[in-house]
Amino acid sequence: MINLETPQKFRPLVSQAHQVAMNLLRPNSRKYDQLEHEYPRELDMLAAMIDGLSDSNAASGAGASGVRREDGTSDREDAATRNGANLASVLSIMEMCWGDVGLLLSMPRQGLGNSAIASVANEEQHERFDGLWASMAITEPGTGSDSANITTTAVLDGDHYVLNGEKIFVTAGQRSDAVVVWATLDKGLGRAAIKSFVVPKGTPGLTVERLEKKLGIRASDTATIRFEDCRVPKENLLGSPEIDVKQGFAGAMATFDNTRPLVAAMAVGVARASLELTRDLLVEAGVEIDYDRPAQTQSAAAARLLQLEADWEAAYLLTLQAAWMADNRKPNSLEASMAKAKAGRTGSDITLRCVELAGSLGYSEHELLEKWARDSKILDIFEGTQQIQQLIVARRLLGKSSAELK
Amino acid sequence: MVTTPTPVPKSRHGVASSDRPDPIGFAVSMLNRLAGTEVLDRLGLRKQTERAVFETTRAGFRTLGKVGRTFGRKGRPGGSAVRVPSSAEKGLFDLTPTEDEQMLVDVVGELAVEVLRPAAEEADEACAAPEEALRASLEVGLPILGVPEELEGISTERSAMAGTLVAEALAKGDMGLAVACLAPGAVATALSLWGDDEQQSTYLPAFTGDDVPAAALALTEPRPLFDALQPQTTATRDGDGFVLRGVKSMVPRAADAELFVVGAMLEGSPALFLVESSAEGVTVESEPSMGVRAAALGRLLLEDVELGSIALLGDDRGEAYRDAVRLARLGWCALAVGTAQAVLDYVIPYVNERQAFGEPISNRQSVAFMVADIGIELQAMRLVTYRAASRAAQGKPFAREVALAHSLCTEKGMQIGNDGVQLLGGHGFVKEHPVERWYRDLRAIGVMEGGVLV
Repeated sequence: MINLETPQKFRPLVSQAHQVAMNLLRPNSRKYDQLEHEYPRELDMLAAMIDGLSDSNAASGAGASGVRREDGTSDREDAATRNGANLASVLSIMEMCWGDVGLLLSMPRQGLGNSAIASVANEEQHERFDGLWASMAITEPGTGSDSANITTTAVLDGDHYVLNGEKIFVTAGQRSDAVVVWATLDKGLGRAAIKSFVVPKGTPGLTVERLEKKLGIRASDTATIRFEDCRVPKENLLGSPEIDVKQGFAGAMATFDNTRPLVAAMAVGVARASLELTRDLLVEAGVEIDYDRPAQTQSAAAARLLQLEADWEAAYLLTLQAAWMADNRKPNSLEASMAKAKAGRTGSDITLRCVELAGSLGYSEHELLEKWARDSKILDIFEGTQQIQQLIVARRLLGKSSAELK
Repeated sequence: MVTTPTPVPKSRHGVASSDRPDPIGFAVSMLNRLAGTEVLDRLGLRKQTERAVFETTRAGFRTLGKVGRTFGRKGRPGGSAVRVPSSAEKGLFDLTPTEDEQMLVDVVGELAVEVLRPAAEEADEACAAPEEALRASLEVGLPILGVPEELEGISTERSAMAGTLVAEALAKGDMGLAVACLAPGAVATALSLWGDDEQQSTYLPAFTGDDVPAAALALTEPRPLFDALQPQTTATRDGDGFVLRGVKSMVPRAADAELFVVGAMLEGSPALFLVESSAEGVTVESEPSMGVRAAALGRLLLEDVELGSIALLGDDRGEAYRDAVRLARLGWCALAVGTAQAVLDYVIPYVNERQAFGEPISNRQSVAFMVADIGIELQAMRLVTYRAASRAAQGKPFAREVALAHSLCTEKGMQIGNDGVQLLGGHGFVKEHPVERWYRDLRAIGVMEGGVLV
């Protein structure tokens, strides 16, 4: 039965996350925006609380690791719809990012590397890396969206892989316990040879070189990490070490089907924060949306707010759809990219428009609107830019290969 | 009190009022009149076959309301009516239609492909839906989708979701024909939702029987910045009954309709009124428009139309009226989704096959990204519309959700229509391909009030 409301069983989780966002993230929001590179200690307590919730299963599997897809046992073919950890994760991330995107990205043990481990690790690895805070290192100075073209190498030497290369834009790269690194086993074999490796901090040859100063999400550290003859045990290669040219990039890319809805959820969360505050400010200014009257008979501000809210609703539901499909073991590459594309651009549009609508109140640091407008921009860039999402959607819809549609 | 109907300004052919013709302009204008005069037709200078089409396609062609059946009064005024319950929420986020809904969509989808799409071009030209299409829509039970089982309909619970899925599926065939097919159901559903015992007993049997009348929900009025909640059509109390005055616009199958549900202002609140086409003072004027032409759109001119006490449908506080406006917009959203899907399904093979610069044009990002955006916004329109529909079906508040769906479907639906033509280039502009029709049809969203209702 078609129903697009927040599932009953996740309502406590959502309201819990909302309380955390309101009472812990928001009060620290401006502080760590200004103290870039300062470690937000307040998060340690929160992380402990979240671990506790996860252990008691009150979190419904939500979190960065919530994207793990449970293997369906073939004898249990029930057609019943499931609302699982993927949906719980996007719903709680929306609430947390309504609080603060930068702080969410700094949450201990909730890194994108954790999502990667959850997506591709085998059972043994899954257990061994449990409780680790893992960041994700893909981008290189010369390689952004073209992630198949990375130059960091991994060479097997006895029981270890030896890693060499430089990674940039590693979110939580300094604070995390380990880094999930993409490296190629054989540059000549193209994307199929790209594998991901879990490299614990303190491994000789791994150095955190530099922290970026950024437009937004300043609470989150973004690091450059260099690997020089860095030796990692070969059991730390995630997934299969075989180079399957036919399967190609699919293994590494599968992570994205799971993480893109999460990033979409971040954009949906921060955009809602902007919309809500702007709506309040406009009510004070005497402008209120009348949902029953045509936009063009209302003030321009009300009409704009209505349009923004409609785009928000679209991004929100596309995100829930992508997560719902993952929970129900339906292939969701197309829908994950649709959600990321729509939420990414809508996040920027809404937060920037809200600054405009609120005038100098929106532009000054008295309010958080200007901060949200800066924070949101990265969400249309990382985990695949707007343009990469469009490529993916277009290729799927048109039935084209990456060689045909470049 | 005697008032005249809202004066409808004569069209100035889109020329702004500040723009006056100079002497040469007047001469050209005279020439134009001569060329357009009916004398040419009387002399047989035009092909006879055009003649049949002429009257419905000509703006302003007037006729009296159809003299149809008499709806014999039955039931008790204000007597307890039959209502279907809201559908029960199961507490799960779910995008899967029920089995019943899926069956319905499959049947209607087939009708859209087999009957509506092949008939669409001619119906667009003729400003009329072919008998065959209308008959087929009756056979699948479209008019009684929202009518309770107890009253010989097929609905056991609130059918807003099913209605939405059906409208979407139909519009994939053709929006204009979809509106023509759905118009009687809008009235039957309104009677089911808000009618009292007398109104249901008097009017619904005609819709559940074999000879289903054309009927229409008439809420739009012809003026800029029209606000459906502020109709200028007025209803004044007159003894037990009412007198209606005003002009409604964009009324589907207006000339054939035997029963209208008309929106009018009653003592400061908008309300719904049942108007039989045979009532004195009812005149219908053809109103061929940019698109949705197969729905045989017309204006309904109401000159001192006297109605009995049975006429007021629902409350006089504007509640039923507001819901009617919202549920009609929801219907238009569903029509936009179906039409936009037709655009996407059409442009994909086209851009894959069309060659330029030695390869398919879809190998280029500027083309491919346009297709991607159609896909993204279409799915967004669909989900936002479904959320509104499922809330309506569950008896939850849905004003916000309908407004968002309506805003999105108006904007993005039109963008999709526009891109559909653009992707075909000059070929999109000519009638050899249906994309120009979808372009015209998709402009209707945001303009239309009433007409359909889920």
